[in-house]
Amino acid sequence: MSTNLQGYEAVIGIEVHVQLKTLSKIFCSDSTDSTAGDNENISPISLGMPGSLPTLNSKVVDLAIKAGLGLNCQIRTKSFFARKNYFYPDLPKGYQISQYEDPICEKGFVEFFADGMEKKVSIERAHLEEDAGKSTHYPEHTLLNYNRAGVPLLEIVSGPDMRSAREAAEYCKTIRAIVQYLDVCDGNLEEGSLRCDCNVSVKKIGEPKLGVKVEIKNLNSFRFIEKAIDFEIERQVDQCLSGQKIIQETRLYDPDKNRTFTMRVKEDAEDYRYFIDPDLLPIIVSDEKIQMIKKTMTELPRPRAHRFVQQMGLTQDEADILISDKAIADFFERTSELSKNSKLSANWILRDVLGYINDHHLRIEQIKMSAQSLAELLILIDQKIVSGKIAKSIFNDMIATGESAQQIIDKKGYKQVSDTGELEKVIQDVLAASASQVAEYHAGKEKVFGFFVGAVMKATKGQADPDKVNELLKKMLKS
Amino acid sequence: MDFLQSDFVTLTQALKNKEVSAVETAQFFLRRVESLDQQLNSFTHVNKELLTQAEELDQKISRKEAVGPLAGVIFGIKDMLCTKGMPTTAGSKMLQNFVPPYDATLVARLKKADALIIGKMNQDEFAMGSSSETSTYGPVKNPWDTTRVPGGSSGGSAAAQASRLAMGTIGTDTGGSIRQPASFCGVVGVKPTYGRVSRYGIIAYASSLDQAGPLTSNVKDAALTLEIICGQDKYDSTTSDHVVESFSQNLNADIKGKKIGVIKEFIHDIPDASIAKNFNVAVETAKDLGAEIVEVSIPLTQYAVPMYYLISASEASSNLARYDGVKYGYRTPKDQSAQLSLDEFYCFSRGEGFGAEVKRRIMLGTYALSSGYSDAFYLKACKVRRLLRQQFIDAFKKCDIIMGPVTTTPAFKLNDKVDNPLKMYLNDIFTTSTNLAGLPGMSVPFGMAQQLPIGIQLTAPHFHEQVLLNFAYALENTQPALETRKLRPHVY
Repeated sequence: MSTNLQGYEAVIGIEVHVQLKTLSKIFCSDSTDSTAGDNENISPISLGMPGSLPTLNSKVVDLAIKAGLGLNCQIRTKSFFARKNYFYPDLPKGYQISQYEDPICEKGFVEFFADGMEKKVSIERAHLEEDAGKSTHYPEHTLLNYNRAGVPLLEIVSGPDMRSAREAAEYCKTIRAIVQYLDVCDGNLEEGSLRCDCNVSVKKIGEPKLGVKVEIKNLNSFRFIEKAIDFEIERQVDQCLSGQKIIQETRLYDPDKNRTFTMRVKEDAEDYRYFIDPDLLPIIVSDEKIQMIKKTMTELPRPRAHRFVQQMGLTQDEADILISDKAIADFFERTSELSKNSKLSANWILRDVLGYINDHHLRIEQIKMSAQSLAELLILIDQKIVSGKIAKSIFNDMIATGESAQQIIDKKGYKQVSDTGELEKVIQDVLAASASQVAEYHAGKEKVFGFFVGAVMKATKGQADPDKVNELLKKMLKS
Repeated sequence: MDFLQSDFVTLTQALKNKEVSAVETAQFFLRRVESLDQQLNSFTHVNKELLTQAEELDQKISRKEAVGPLAGVIFGIKDMLCTKGMPTTAGSKMLQNFVPPYDATLVARLKKADALIIGKMNQDEFAMGSSSETSTYGPVKNPWDTTRVPGGSSGGSAAAQASRLAMGTIGTDTGGSIRQPASFCGVVGVKPTYGRVSRYGIIAYASSLDQAGPLTSNVKDAALTLEIICGQDKYDSTTSDHVVESFSQNLNADIKGKKIGVIKEFIHDIPDASIAKNFNVAVETAKDLGAEIVEVSIPLTQYAVPMYYLISASEASSNLARYDGVKYGYRTPKDQSAQLSLDEFYCFSRGEGFGAEVKRRIMLGTYALSSGYSDAFYLKACKVRRLLRQQFIDAFKKCDIIMGPVTTTPAFKLNDKVDNPLKMYLNDIFTTSTNLAGLPGMSVPFGMAQQLPIGIQLTAPHFHEQVLLNFAYALENTQPALETRKLRPHVY
């Protein structure tokens, strides 16, 4: 970490808003389709028109329970919706329906690796609530789009358990992986289906009392989360060292300048006047229901990483990267299964596939190459039909065009020369044309061996199997 | 056809037999509204489509299509209920130009039963009041004496019903707002069990207390209306799946051997002599019918009024937050000429759009819900409310029904209490307990005092509307009630 904390330590707690994957909103049948035009997904209920009432979408409860179980939470058999009262134009009813005293999920934890250390972070609660609409401000006016108003959210609140930006970022990745694995959220930070608000404070090491916390919002990538928190910790430590007070406020992160700036200062603690929403019945969750949902739970990221290490021979780091995105882990597992070579699959995916998607800002679902075609290429490598170097060229073409390895080999005439007779002929020619080097080699200058390999590869346009070339060269030089 | 006396079944039958047309019926009541409502101010809007809708019904009948059980019955709807395409204002400037694109479930059910909607009934603003004086459309007058209030908040519905400007009306009752005006105007008024009638499309005042119900000229009409409007609604999760009986078919005036509870804490200390006297007549009449009178104790009723005002104001402060000038309804004209901050925009829009009583209750409720105060006020009231409910349930182990007065006095004078909120609030002493406990209650006309009608209040156990209606039906046919029914209000 770049920050010099000078006797201070950071305390970080995170609220993750997870958009639950439902077709309709939490309290009415309006669509949640994010591609709809402005104010198309609305009705008297999501606009909070006079006399309209909410009715609970039961799918939302199932997804919340599933997420809660994935976060090792206790699921309350009885929980309530409460009204959080505040005024804002994009909040149609003047209150947000949320949960206050009795959230549906509570007292959980997640575990992950950060900086090579195992870390456990407590989950205080995960509660259901409705999203608000979206305001777009212009100098003279503000436009309101209520499509998001009433979209179901699960707010996952961590304990103040993290001590560094890296831990915070890893925590967020872990939460995303869990909700993606359980298929309760698509986990897209850029589109806002997963939003991380980070509460950061600093205090002298050993001081039991927490410092004044600052909330950082609008962090739409894990990288920004880490950078924003690093900046914020440094800023707060500087403030403390120069004897200035930290103000309780909400700050935004500016990625271009890599700094946080004030969004609004909370002068007084806001009074939301929570009370149980009389329009909605308590959420009752039976044991049978929990058991039923447990049965539908897929393998979670941590156990999967463990399996990758134990059964597939990957390193912890390799496994952690692969499992952080369910789609990538699925891609890996499929490739590995088809190619029957886990290590090779991991190498290529971690280096080449992830390199490609990062460079092109894509998600793995968006690339043209399937796990099956990658596996086909890996089999060719395994069987030494193509060399690693050629394989890289083939890979580049495959991922760019979506064509199979065989199609590219046929088109470009790539083929690994491992036919002994053919190679012996080439080697003979090379040795014949390099009498002086042969003499040097026999005089003990073994370095020239590399020269022969290069010459053979050049003569075969790189298509010779290097292992075979080595083997044959040694044999023929001896004779 | 005597439209003034006809009950619902008689009219519907006459319509089906083509003895009378829906258009004639509609015209009769439109003419009455035209000629009489200037004296009452009981309407906020008259349905301009009524004759067309009546004509459609006539065509349906002439095509020999099946018609609903309320075919041709002319209903007035309190302005708290959303009516598709018809202004719905809750008597407030805040919703002056609001025309909902949907019907309240109750209204949709009436329409499905082929009832006709004649218009919207005036009321206290957002149903906050006991006199119907706080409407932006001005006060409603009592048809028996136009210098007096009709009660509230469903004063328009009660006054119009008493003057037969409609055959039936719909009101809402949060703390007595159907029963009290029904008593003041001499009509039948029923507040069903909480959860019986869908609140969907009814402008919320206090969500845990609000229920809509009928005001009618007789018990049978009320029973029939309840059959139509009660029942589970998928748009209101607080509605019950409790079976809805054929209330009107099952009406039974035989109350012999039944036990009538009288609440000890109420009856020994009725301040108004005429109310006390009338209540005693009711007790004697019930005894004559063979019922047994038992005294029950519900000590927490003495806290009903403060409990009611804390809970209703708290819920109202949240329910009325949506009226902010952003999406519909009143918006301050100041934002046309000046660049207002968001806070200013809210303050002007809400400050100009709401009346004094509404603001008073929003402030009271905001205070009662505030952190540091809600434990002592809102949450305490909720706790006591649960206990009160239990005391009623226990009391009903000793009796089939509870009988008592509806109000402390007969209809009071206009402007008499409107400037003294506390005096006004105390007027609700006999009615609020019923809402807090979620029980069904009603007022049935029984006797006169100072030339003004007064009602008797009946309260039944949860979902025992049939018991409630049967007792009312029995009382309705006794001498004191029949004599009252012979009298006609001044505006008629």
